Amino acid sequence: MSYFERMSAVHMDILKEIGNIGAGHAATALSQLLNKRIEMTIPDVRIISFDEMMDIVGGADNVVAAVFLRIEGDAPGNMFFVLSLEQAERFIRQMIGDEQFKLEQDCSELSLSALQELGNILAGSYLSSLSDFTNLNLYPSVPALSIDMIGAILSYGLIEMSRVGDHVIVVDTAIHEEHQPNDRVNGHFFLLPDPESFRIIFQSLGVEHDE
Amino acid sequence: MMSEIVHVVKVGIADMNVVKAPYVIRTCGLGSCVGVVVYDLAKEVAGMAHVMLPDSSLAKSEQMNVAKYADTAIEELIRRVIGSGGRNGHLKAKMAGGAQMFQFRTGTTDMMRIGPRNVEAVREQLQRFRIPIVAEDVGGSSGRTIEFHPKTGILLIRTVNQGVREM
Repeated sequence: MSYFERMSAVHMDILKEIGNIGAGHAATALSQLLNKRIEMTIPDVRIISFDEMMDIVGGADNVVAAVFLRIEGDAPGNMFFVLSLEQAERFIRQMIGDEQFKLEQDCSELSLSALQELGNILAGSYLSSLSDFTNLNLYPSVPALSIDMIGAILSYGLIEMSRVGDHVIVVDTAIHEEHQPNDRVNGHFFLLPDPESFRIIFQSLGVEHDE
Repeated sequence: MMSEIVHVVKVGIADMNVVKAPYVIRTCGLGSCVGVVVYDLAKEVAGMAHVMLPDSSLAKSEQMNVAKYADTAIEELIRRVIGSGGRNGHLKAKMAGGAQMFQFRTGTTDMMRIGPRNVEAVREQLQRFRIPIVAEDVGGSSGRTIEFHPKTGILLIRTVNQGVREM
């Protein structure tokens, strides 16, 4: 765990703040897009095993809708916006204005591209606020959408990290719609910087990683 | 649910395990990872590994998790299956996974092609130890959950769109 041992409480706080700013902007964008109140949790920054990461979203074979994008530029990494199927269905209904829409019956081009665009806007606002905060150049790749088992989706974002160890540092912010049961989290933003990116992020904010 | 049998041993990500009947062995949510089973049907013993990366030369850490890389996982898996009663020369293999979950129009790096590379590496390693692959379901763009029954030698593969298949 030598790589992770260099993480101090200060570093974890920085990552938490990054999650706070990023997801805060994204939640605002979502709220404006749907004209609804969106609530978010305080970001959780954790060093966890791969299996524990899958458990955050209901275990590796839980089926979800996820938008994935690769972060390129000064501090490369991966970002996921993960939604439960019910929540994805509700968002699509609101965006295409069809209250009858069912994800299982109608995976049309329009509905999927609506969801992809939603992910694009949210991830874009997450990243641009992160970029402003750190003064780093960060560019999102074109987002890719997948509706499948969470293990199959998220493991893509773990590849770079897995070369360093068996744990991952994840910045997790959960969101839910107002008037939905409070104990049910329906969406997650996951920020997974590549191992080499942590030092760059910390330095950009004036904190050394190897102190 | 894939089966009614309650004796299920799970294999996590970058993990491996060995079971004997009546136990079955399962790994969930394979994407670009490959689930590989090495078994001796007559002895009803099977080992499963959830391989994440093709080669241990990709590792950047001192600590080594042998189950993570194809080149180290297959060797260790065979050793453990033989340690549990499997016989050299009677071992067979089945594998599934190695999907490409996301298609990117631009910037397809080598790391993005990790699924096909994992499949190729597992195949090479099995060949190295002269273990025949009797069934495989690899590639595509869907996640898979697999479950192996050492008693019958059947591998169940579940995908989101196609339900459960046997092979």
